[in-house]
Amino acid sequence: MSDTAFGAGRRWRPPTIFGSHKLRAAFFLAVAVYLVWSLGTLQFDSQRVLRGFVRAGDIFARMWPPDFSRSTLLINGMLESIQIAIVSTVLGVLIAVPIGVCAARNLAPRPIYLAARGLIVIGRTFHELIIAIFFVKMFGFGPLAGVLTLSYGSFSFVAKMLAEDIENMNMGPVEALRATGAGFRQVIWFAVLPQVLVRQIGILIYRLDSNLRHSTIIGVVGAGGIGQTLSAAFSKYDFDFASAILISIAVLVAMGEFGSDYIRRRLR
Amino acid sequence: MTDRLDAYPSRYQRYSGREKAVQWLWTIAFALAVVWAMRAIDVEWAFLGDAHIQALDMAERMWPPRWSYAQQIWHPLVETIHIATLGTMAAVVLSIPVAFIAASNTAGYKLVWFVGRLILILSRSINTVIWGLLFVAIFGPGPIAGICAVTARSTGFIAKLVAEAIEEVDYGQIEAVEATGASKLQVLASAIWPQVQPVLIGTTIYRWDINIREASVLGFVGAGGIGLQLNASINEFAWNQVLLILCAILVLVVVSEYVSARVRARVS
Amino acid sequence: MTEPLLEITSLVKDYGTGRRALDSVSFTIRTPQLVGIIGSSGAGKSTLIRCINRLVEPTSGSVRLMGADIPSLSSRELRKMRRQIGMIFQEYNLVERLTVMQNVLTGRLGYVGFWTSVRYRYSEEDIRYAYALLERVGLAGFENRRADALSGGQRQRVGIARALMQRPKLLLLDEPTASLDPSTSRQIMQLAQGVIEEQHMPALINIHDVTLARTFCDRIIGMRDGKLVFDAPPAELTHARLVDIYGAYENDEAGPRQEEPA
Repeated sequence: MSDTAFGAGRRWRPPTIFGSHKLRAAFFLAVAVYLVWSLGTLQFDSQRVLRGFVRAGDIFARMWPPDFSRSTLLINGMLESIQIAIVSTVLGVLIAVPIGVCAARNLAPRPIYLAARGLIVIGRTFHELIIAIFFVKMFGFGPLAGVLTLSYGSFSFVAKMLAEDIENMNMGPVEALRATGAGFRQVIWFAVLPQVLVRQIGILIYRLDSNLRHSTIIGVVGAGGIGQTLSAAFSKYDFDFASAILISIAVLVAMGEFGSDYIRRRLR
Repeated sequence: MTDRLDAYPSRYQRYSGREKAVQWLWTIAFALAVVWAMRAIDVEWAFLGDAHIQALDMAERMWPPRWSYAQQIWHPLVETIHIATLGTMAAVVLSIPVAFIAASNTAGYKLVWFVGRLILILSRSINTVIWGLLFVAIFGPGPIAGICAVTARSTGFIAKLVAEAIEEVDYGQIEAVEATGASKLQVLASAIWPQVQPVLIGTTIYRWDINIREASVLGFVGAGGIGLQLNASINEFAWNQVLLILCAILVLVVVSEYVSARVRARVS
Repeated sequence: MTEPLLEITSLVKDYGTGRRALDSVSFTIRTPQLVGIIGSSGAGKSTLIRCINRLVEPTSGSVRLMGADIPSLSSRELRKMRRQIGMIFQEYNLVERLTVMQNVLTGRLGYVGFWTSVRYRYSEEDIRYAYALLERVGLAGFENRRADALSGGQRQRVGIARALMQRPKLLLLDEPTASLDPSTSRQIMQLAQGVIEEQHMPALINIHDVTLARTFCDRIIGMRDGKLVFDAPPAELTHARLVDIYGAYENDEAGPRQEEPA
């Protein structure tokens, strides 16, 4: 894979990656065959691609300068995305905590554990947009569908991380507190929570960050947020406004990532 | 011991007054943020009230899946895999040079490094689906737009992790190679590259797995793959086709996750 | 003859694997004393101690403490019973991120409700007692240190204070010195012996170090393959009896010890 980019790389052949050089050759042959086959099935219309490049120049030209004049629309869309991200993170975490505890093998009885795990797995399989489309069908267009979508995604993610954290924690304090006669809630609060809290706050912030990212796309299927505005701008060939939205999204997401990295580093 | 207990303090406070005040401030700020965010979601209780009926109705109409539709989704499914795979391949090729200019120790010039970072931020902060919107505008609907979208998003993803690996390389090996009088490119190829290669491969496979998921919804914006059929079926209220497509996506995602996990386990 | 303080009769524990960890163990404690349990690893020492407060559920047999039969208690009754049994662990089992005082106060959890414990609204007497205990174990002024900032010996002192905070009627010590260096081990044993004497309570201690057991215990119980094979004052623990307990016994430092399944 490397060799196309760095000619000098050919001199050094790592023996471990493919096992043998024959296998390595076979791998690249397979890649070549795959390329031919897949590009064949996709029926590339080279004319259209070429025209696309011409059009790309035109579109990029129309994207510049970005049009920030419709700032109310832009700001409202962005704010709605942020709001969706916050509410869905909180809602998702609220659901995730009890389910996550149930999905920890060392605390929950087996049937409860399996049921909780099942719930988590379903949430992780489908892309947010697919879930969003169903919520839009059920609750109509608007941010509610978006909130429910991202809550579900957050729930399954946070619950899984929480369950893993609990399974990896030190059982010693749990045993010690049980031995003092502490009840289940006290054991959770005093022995489990202190062990998992810091990492879970990190996960929460990470999730807020990724909900912020996702909240910018669910509008594409009508579930609220800036995505709706962006989708409309593209369909109306409103490219200078679209580029303004894209820049705003990029700035927001980059800021979110920076902030989340910063806080998580400070949490140790 | 008990008779002289009076000599000891009778109160214990975990936190000082100031710490408590700070905690309260955070709590209030958090609560305010949530309340503000909740305002975005003006819940239509009428919609919410019959949501479960809607959901049941939908579930009823989904069963049984329309098996005869299977032959029509075979081609889009393969196309979905192609979009993910070709997009990932292109992203690998592009991500290598981007990673080297975005890593502070190999960029060489501040300006080059800055450009590299800018590419990373731009690529990463715009979601695949939104890239899809842009490329559909350029190339028209179809898998080419999808491949470009996957490439555009994955390049930054792969390049960021590889750049981090480059920044963390072991300098002892570099010095050893430099001591032999190797040129800069040779150092890159024989001292840095072998250390980075496993990260590149692991990240690529991981990203491919994510891309399968992303490619399944790119059709929503017209960028090819199974999402097109899913969207169409939902709009036609052909719920038994929807169920079949969902099952197909489920299988695809589960298999790709399995393959990705297996390959990554073998490589590392 | 008075009612025994602790009476264990035909205690059996089978783990699912078919291994019999405890095979009909019986003994009685009538006076406040420190009873050392010795035996090689896997002999069932840890299981025996954990069957008393039911951290491990015994398969059959009875454990009578203060007139109650522990194996037949409901979970609510068990909680009440457990708070009267203090336990000290090999790995200290402190909550690392909490402070020393918070850890000591967890000893009171069984006596208060959830919300009281969350807000640390313990009675004035409890708080005073906690400070007094910290002084007794030699950690006065450490109350706001975090447990993960302490040395092994200091952690075990916190562990002792936590157990005493329960105002227990019985103390269980599960290899309290196995993770400590020899001189700290002695200090901890002296401390444990001291507080047990002060509070006139019986205590059971799992201990792999026969020398320590001889020095500090009033009575020694030897376990082998889940069976009780020795029960007498330390003076009677002759080399021949040690061979009974350990198989080939070579020196006073017992062989390597591994954690048993608890």
